[in-house]
Order: sequence, then C-alpha cells, then structure tokens
Amino acid sequence: MNRILKNREILLFGIIAILVAGFSSRAPGFASPKNLAGIFNDTSILIILALGQMAVILTKSIDLSVAANLAFTGMAVAMLNAAHPELPLALLIVIALGIGSILGAINGLLVWKIGIPPIVVTLGTLTIYRGMAFVLSGGGWVNAHQMTPVFLNTPRHVFLGLPILGWAAVAIVILVYIMMVSTFFGRALYASGGNPTAAVYAGIDVGRTRFFAFVLSGALAGLCGYLWVSRYAVAYVDIAAGFELDSIAACVIGGISTLGGIGTVAGTVLGALFLGVIKNALPVIDISPFWQMAISGAVIILAVIFNARAEKRRGRIILRDKAAKTYSEATA
Amino acid sequence: MPGRAEGGEVPHQRFYLKLQVQPMNSAAQPPLQERAHPAPLLEMRGISKSFPGVRALDNVDIALYPGTVTALIGENGAGKSTLVKILTGIYQPDEGEILVDGKPVTFGTAQAATNHGVTAIHQETVLFDELSVAENIYLGHAPKTRLGLVDWKALNARSLALLHSLETTVDVRAKLKELSIAQRHLVAIARALSVDSNIVIMDEPTAALSRKEVDDLFKIIERLKSQGKAILFISHKFDEVYEIAENYAVFRDGRAVGHGSLKDASQNEIVRLMVGRSVDQAFPKVDVKLGETVLDVANYSHPTEFRDISFELRRGEILGIYGLVGAGRSEFCQSLFGVTRPSGGSLTLEGREITIRSPRDAIAHGIVYVPEERGRHGTVAQMPIFQNISLPSLARTSRAGFLRSAEEFALARRYAERFDLRAAALSVPVGTLSGGNQQKVVIGKWLATRPKVIILDEPTKGIDIGSKAAVHAFISELAAEGLSIIMVSSELPEILGMSDRVLVMREGLSAGLFDRQSLDAETLVRAATGNA
Repeated sequence: MNRILKNREILLFGIIAILVAGFSSRAPGFASPKNLAGIFNDTSILIILALGQMAVILTKSIDLSVAANLAFTGMAVAMLNAAHPELPLALLIVIALGIGSILGAINGLLVWKIGIPPIVVTLGTLTIYRGMAFVLSGGGWVNAHQMTPVFLNTPRHVFLGLPILGWAAVAIVILVYIMMVSTFFGRALYASGGNPTAAVYAGIDVGRTRFFAFVLSGALAGLCGYLWVSRYAVAYVDIAAGFELDSIAACVIGGISTLGGIGTVAGTVLGALFLGVIKNALPVIDISPFWQMAISGAVIILAVIFNARAEKRRGRIILRDKAAKTYSEATA
Repeated sequence: MPGRAEGGEVPHQRFYLKLQVQPMNSAAQPPLQERAHPAPLLEMRGISKSFPGVRALDNVDIALYPGTVTALIGENGAGKSTLVKILTGIYQPDEGEILVDGKPVTFGTAQAATNHGVTAIHQETVLFDELSVAENIYLGHAPKTRLGLVDWKALNARSLALLHSLETTVDVRAKLKELSIAQRHLVAIARALSVDSNIVIMDEPTAALSRKEVDDLFKIIERLKSQGKAILFISHKFDEVYEIAENYAVFRDGRAVGHGSLKDASQNEIVRLMVGRSVDQAFPKVDVKLGETVLDVANYSHPTEFRDISFELRRGEILGIYGLVGAGRSEFCQSLFGVTRPSGGSLTLEGREITIRSPRDAIAHGIVYVPEERGRHGTVAQMPIFQNISLPSLARTSRAGFLRSAEEFALARRYAERFDLRAAALSVPVGTLSGGNQQKVVIGKWLATRPKVIILDEPTKGIDIGSKAAVHAFISELAAEGLSIIMVSSELPEILGMSDRVLVMREGLSAGLFDRQSLDAETLVRAATGNA
C-alpha cells in the first residue's frame, strides 16, 4: 500500500479513476467506454503538447511559446490548404512539423547560444509568434468551407472506436516513451536537468540537449497546430490562447519537477488526462466551467506540495541512514 | 620589509591611511597595561565537532587575548574553517565550552555570536554592489528615527566615523560597485566593527590583496590591537603571520597540535607542527615499473587561472599535484578534461598530438576526471545507479543513439561487484546511497569508460581514515594495472605516500617538479607557500 502511495503515477491513476467513478454516479454514462474515448480524444492535443513541454522542463527550462507556436503553425497550414487544396495532407503535416521545429529552434538557440533564461526567451517569442500569426493572416479567419475535406476529416475518422486524433496522441506517447527510455537523447535530458554539472563532466553537452528539447517541443506544437485547426475547423489568431499554461499544468500535476531531471511520460499523460476529465466532467454535473480553472489551479498547488514533501522525506531517510552508519562504525 | 610603502609612496593609492591615532570607542577599551598578563577575552575548551565520517575538530583548546593577534595555522582540512564556523555560531560544537570574558556562553545562532562581540571577516566578503558604503556597513542594524524609519543622517555620520577610525577616506554615499577591491575590504572590516565587537576573526583576509594593500590592512590590525581587541588571523602565508601575529596555534587533522608565542618558534618548527605525523605512515604504494610516456603536457596555459604547466606522465605513474587552495590545481585539471579551454600549450597522448575541446573529447581519448565534490559534480542523484555508472560510457554502449540497457546493467554490475557496492538494487537512485557508496559509484562510472589517464581531485577529502586506506590501496591497484594517474591533493601525507613524482603549483604557476627520492614535506610546503 505504501509503495502504491509512493508511486505517483499509480496514485494519479487512482485519483482519476475515483473522479470518473464519482462523476458517473452523478451523470450515468460518464464512465461508458464511448465517453471515455471521447475524453481521451478531447485531451489528445494537450497530451502531445505536454510531452514536448515535459522534455523542456526536464532540462530545467520552460517553453511558454507552445500555444503561440501552435496558433502560427495552425494558421500557416490552414492558409496553405485553402490556397493550394491540391497539396497532400502528408506534406502539410511535414510542413507543420517543420515550421514548429524552426520556431522551437529559435527558442533553443537563444537559450543555448546567447544564454538568455528560457522563461524570458519564450515569454518574448510567445508574443512574437502570436504577432506573426496576425501578420500572416492579416487578422482574418480560415473557415471550414475553405479547408479541404481530407484536411478537416482525417483526424475525425474513427478507427477501432477512437478517432485518428486520439491514435495520433497514442503514437506520440509511444514514440516519446521510447525516446525517453531508450535513446541517448532521452537520458541526456534527465542528466542535464538532474545535475547539469555532473552531466557536463560525463561528456553530455547540456546546452545542445536543451536546444533539442526546445526543437522537440516546437515540432510537437507545430503538429498540434494542424490537429487543433482541423478539430475545431477554424483558424484564427487567438486559437489556443493560454493553452501553454495547460501544458505546464499537465506536467506539474504529472510529477515533472520544475527543477528538472524528474518525471515520466506516464505521469505527463495522466496529468493531462486529469485536466481533461475535470474539464469534461464539470459541465456534465452542472458546475460552471469557471470552476475548472480554480480546480486545476488548486490541484497544481497540491501537486507541488506533494512533490516537495516527497523530496523532503527522501532526504530525511538519507540522513538517518548516514547517522546509523556513523553510529555503527563508531561502535564497531 | 621590501615593498613596504611608507610616507612618500602613499598618495598613489586609491585610499590612504592617515597617520594620526584617533581612539574610536575609548570607553570600551581595556587598559593597555593589562597586556602583560591578561586574561583571555575568549577561550574555547575541549571543543569537538564531528560530521558523518569525519571528526573535524577533536578536543581543541584555543585562547584569544586582548590586544593580541593569534595566527591559526594548518593545512587544508585541518579544522580551521570548522572552528571559525563554531565561533560565529554557524555550527554548534558536539562537546566543549566557549568562554567570553571567563563566562561560559553558547553561540546558538550567528546573532548570538555577534551579541557576544564576535565578528568575522571572511575571505570572500558578502556585500551588496548596488547599495552605498554606509548602507553596506549598517545593513540589518541601521540606526532608526523615532518613527522607525532609517535615520540616514546618523547612518552616514556613524559610517564616516567608523571609516575614519580605520584611517581611511571612502565616500560613504558611493555605491559599493564603484570601489576598488581593497576599499571593499575596508568596508567589510568596517561592517564587522560596526557591531560592538571585541573579538575579530579574519579568515585569509589577504588572499585577494596586493602587497601594498596587505600593508594597509596590517596598519588597521595594529590599530585594532591598540584598541584591545583580540584577533584570530588565519593565513597560509608565513611571512604575514610572522609580521602581524604574536601568538600561534597550529591545527592538524582536527587537533590543536601546538600553540605559543611566535617569538619562540622558528618557521621550521611551525612547518614541522603543521606537517607533523611521521609521514611514512602505512601508504600502500606499490612499486610499479613505469612504462612509456602516455601523456605529455607542454606549456599548458589558461587566460586567467594557470600558465606554462608542463610534465610527462608515464604508464603506471602516479603524479601528485600539490598546492594551496586557489593555486589553480583543479582549474588545470578541469582544463585537461575539456571543461574549460586552454589558451595555449599542447597535449600529446601516446605520441599523437590531441586537442580537447569538451569532456566528451577527453573521455573519447581516454582521459577522465573524478571531481572533488561528489555530490555536486559526481552523480545525478535522482538517476538509478546503473544509469549513473553508464552515463559517461553511453557513446560506447549505445548503438545509433539507442541505449542498450542489458549492456548498461552488465557494465554497472561489473563495477558494483568490483567495489562491493552496497545497494538494494542497481535501479535505485544514487541519492539514496550512503556517502561511501556514492563515491564507489563515481569511481566506477569513470573506470567503466576504460580510461588511460585518470585525474583524481582530492580523492580522500572528507572520508574517514579507514576508507582512506582503502582508496589508497585502490589507487595503487589502478597504477599497477597500467593506468596513469594524476592525483590532486591538499594532504601532504597522501601526496608523499602515493606519488611517484609531485608537481607543486603556486598561484597558477609550476613551483617545481619533485621526484620521489627528493620528496620531503618541508620542501613541498616551502614550494607551495613560496617560502624558499
């Protein structure tokens, strides 16, 4: 039992399960597979975005520009689709990933080569990328009738009970999981954030690792740009305004330490799902959606307190062990 | 005294000393005639302090007398800093008592020490660049008006008076960042004296000063003496100690091994006390037949930290690097390892000239560095043991960017077994291990890279005697296996016992390269302190 409480992913999964059970007692059908698939699908974009954010936070950085990147890239591919309906969707997705990567690389270069703190860099590019979306579109909208049916409908196509949008999230989760667990880059992310000095001594280029974390975050934000525009069938400057905070919230709730070096893919996904469940449940049980913000805020603070206490407790155990060791040596 | 400026040379300095003597606080002064047989102002009796694995201070006595400078002398790690921290209320002693004016006191907090008149001037002064001189001096205890606001008039007037009593003229309204280093030092001293203190601790106050500034500082110390204050002066430099101090206390390995009047003690005696113990203690140095030259370092230089370091390192050789803290030893080694870039010089590894731009290059060439601070530089505490061990070897154990965890585990298991690592599992975070076991992880992770040259920075710092012997045995074993070892150490017995040759560094320069046959403690200390 104690071990389960200590394992944050299992704990978070349990909380989500209890929430779902609780909501379904008030609103029958909430826990039906169809509804749960709907919630997952609804949370897909947040999951993908949060995974990019996770990579960045693991290196002791933060990316505030993801939602602005999403808006710009979404606008760019929507306009491209409207102007050149003949371009294949695959090419548009590659372009979205490319634009997103470039915007992420700009963040990364400013952090790596000029040494500006990530929060300052991405606060600046947050505004710039949004502004670029405005300049690109002239403040106009791209509406559903201007987009091609393939562009609009592919993510909605249901396969094995889950739309392609949801499958896209599943695929990204698997890819990012493999990257984190079994590639050099994934290990470098943990090491660079966990102890930058030790990482440097071990031959890891911390600056470069951080740069690529921003590129990854940007690329995923670019992909989300397309997914968002097709899902909501509209592109305008202000889409996903403030959504960067949701991505950070998902990470924090999921146990990604804002000090870097600690966190898992499973935690991030569960953090995003937690927010998704709350967001979907509140209207169902007749609570104003405004409460959603207050509730996610409170949960973030609780999560941070929980993290801090878990860290402290671990520290205490070390001290006790040391004291015990000194004692046993002294008496030996 | 050569270089000591008197009268005529003074005006070129950024601050100068007035010659008239101006008692600052005459009421607080004890009569000077008491100096002949005075009672100690502060006494520490039987002070002991232990940290996990080390006994930093062991039953230490020390007494400070009014109007007297007592020099505290000892090697790095002799317990000087711990003593200062106890005196300033930062650490609490495990045993023993502190008496101020003959009355026992406890310094539970830094504030309590201040209240009992103890003040310290640290090597690196803690001041605020953007505040004025007066604000820096009185920060935290500024005079207040009746409304509880800062009384600026009194603040500036008192600061001026204080600086006057130090016989210096610095504009009290100037921002600290406009001052020279020496002037900042004066501000730090003024800050220390702004609280009514009779006991002044100076922890290597001359480290950042030029000779001229040292002379000015000494005039201030003379002035403090004449005011009846007791001064504890910590310095590595013998000439300064003999110039300013009356008494000495020598610490070694956390014990007070000698004290008395400097008039009766020659420099040689002090060095002997410092070095002390019979150096031929059991060091398991195994005679290894030295092989061919592995690494040839020629005129290695850095823009600011060191210059023209040259030596050859042979297979199976242990090269000790000795010097005082700040001599540039670690900086040199970190540069060899690619953490910082050199500004000149060349490296030849096994006959081929190489350039090292990053730690990754160094590791690829087979040069590794085991840092001094295990916690800060050695491991990623949250990461599992096996990942820490494999971290520098990932380039070798991964294929096309993909890690192979079976290989990682095999590597980790090999070194965990070799060093008898005690852990529940190799997948637990390193942060949960004891200090000794963490050290094993650090050593293991570097050996796992299969290096040719291994640089050990203070390999036994902060570990107990028993573990030290084990580390030394292990270093010998590595040398016997044909590794070339560079061992940076501040501990003379270790240097003398383990090294085939010793490079002594002083102030960033090479102060001599000594063969094992010509090694003795006093030669090394003299070379390191520049006291030929």
